[in-house]
Amino acid sequence: MSLRIVVTVKYVPDATGDRHFADDLTVDRDDVDGLLSELDEYAVEQALQISENSDDDVEVTVLTVGPEDAKDALRKALSMGADKAIHVEDDDLHGTDAIGTSLVLAKAIEKAGFDLVVSGMASTDGTMGVVPALLAERLGVPQVTLLSEVSVEDGTVKGRRDGDTASEQLQASLPAVVSVTDQSGEARYPSFKGIMAAKKKPVESWDLSDLEIDAEEVGLEGAWTKVEAAAQRPARTAGTIVKDEGEGGKQLAEFLASQKFI
Amino acid sequence: MAEVLVYVDHVDGAVRKPTLELLTLARRIGEPVAVALGAGAAGTAAALAEHGAVKVLTHEASEYADYLVVPKVDALQAAVAAVSPAAVLVPSSAEGKEIAARLALRLGSGVITDAVDLEAGDEGPVATQSVFAASFTTKSRVSKGTPVITVKPNSAAVEAAPAAGAVEALQVSFSEQATGTKVISRTPRESTGRPELTEAAIVVSGGRGVNGAENFAIIEALADSLGAAVGASRAAVDAGWYPHTNQVGQTGKSVSPQLYIANGISGAIQHRAGMQTSKTIVAVNKDAEAPIFDLVDYGVVGDLFDVVPALTEEIKARKG
Repeated sequence: MSLRIVVTVKYVPDATGDRHFADDLTVDRDDVDGLLSELDEYAVEQALQISENSDDDVEVTVLTVGPEDAKDALRKALSMGADKAIHVEDDDLHGTDAIGTSLVLAKAIEKAGFDLVVSGMASTDGTMGVVPALLAERLGVPQVTLLSEVSVEDGTVKGRRDGDTASEQLQASLPAVVSVTDQSGEARYPSFKGIMAAKKKPVESWDLSDLEIDAEEVGLEGAWTKVEAAAQRPARTAGTIVKDEGEGGKQLAEFLASQKFI
Repeated sequence: MAEVLVYVDHVDGAVRKPTLELLTLARRIGEPVAVALGAGAAGTAAALAEHGAVKVLTHEASEYADYLVVPKVDALQAAVAAVSPAAVLVPSSAEGKEIAARLALRLGSGVITDAVDLEAGDEGPVATQSVFAASFTTKSRVSKGTPVITVKPNSAAVEAAPAAGAVEALQVSFSEQATGTKVISRTPRESTGRPELTEAAIVVSGGRGVNGAENFAIIEALADSLGAAVGASRAAVDAGWYPHTNQVGQTGKSVSPQLYIANGISGAIQHRAGMQTSKTIVAVNKDAEAPIFDLVDYGVVGDLFDVVPALTEEIKARKG
């Protein structure tokens, strides 16, 4: 038996940088350093653990859609231990929305071949959290999403999903799409050996024609949503700050009362 | 007037507050038609009618509880076919966003998530979103198909607006995918008696400065004096002091209450992403240089172990 796992990852602007929009109202990627989305590190980690805990022959492929620099995200995942990488890059992808991204990912996943797709719970830039569900819909396989625990055995994926009102144990047959939360387990740091080994691992590059996708289906023009305006939120006006010299609690209560919270 | 579908989030017929907020927003763009699914669906009708639903489409079947997400997508798709709405609104819970996404894809429609406001526009509803840790506000619309939009809790006031609320049975046939992901078991979260974090009007949070699980009792005491929900920063959750379900921030929950009180929280970007849209922000922190003080309407530089209990006592005294 063999198990083919595809991990979808995103290269995102560093959240601690000064993120803003470009003139065409897409995310400006030039002014802020990018990195592998932190939430996708958990997906890579769980894929590697599934691989390590399996008696089967497991291959972990990491997949990203993004500009040239997005290779950095793939390198990070490879240095953590993924076996190979696929980079989908095409100038026509600029401005693609979540629905379009799911199309490109789904076509690439089908071309790569898969038994299990593992994703992070959301990207740290768009934070929509919809791509895993969209992938399941497009691929016609079960979605087993937002898991804080995941295991794969005998062609079945099981996991725990912690919701607002209940915690659920889920189960589905492979092939399936899984997404994992930041509670699934700390992601490993790449070792020096891992970093060196990653340099020799294969990275395939595909463009839209390799995936038989028309340029009109993706990009800013192909998007099914349109950002019409983006404005920087005005900085909050400086509030009142007091130093506690024994009366801090009382002063705060006074403020809350003045705002009618008490 | 165009009809607007509103997906009803309910627990055994008890409608959750974000759905009532959606009915207020739905009235700005058309006539709300509510879709209530699963056990107790018909029991939602009175509350929905009270808040403006002209019609309530219901369907009860065990599939909604026994399988993940897809049965609900099938039902909403059937409702869209029956009604031809101007838009579909869904509460922005984790599940709500997944339902909305799959529905949009099936309809050939664009999807917008986490709207914080909604208004009618010449080319369909315009959604306001708060992005990049709330440092930007965007206005977006769906440019293809029937707009599917999820809306964050606390984005609109709940307004009573009595309407007919006529209950109609929705005809649903489940897709092949509907039974793909089985819910083997479900353990309801133990009730703390406090409001749900994402829905609460007031949130009291603790961070690294709380310095221990047992010390969260003073955060809880302050929350209880205000009828507030309790939140925690990632540092506090990672240290095991408070459950992950209460985590506020980029990787936890995003809250937008009337009042947010941060105690012993420095205000890293990841935390700010989850609370910066709160209407009034208050912080207590020993470190006068903590970035949280850049956001506050009122801040106290001081030891939370002195300030918080004193505040709690003062609130109790004032409330008598």
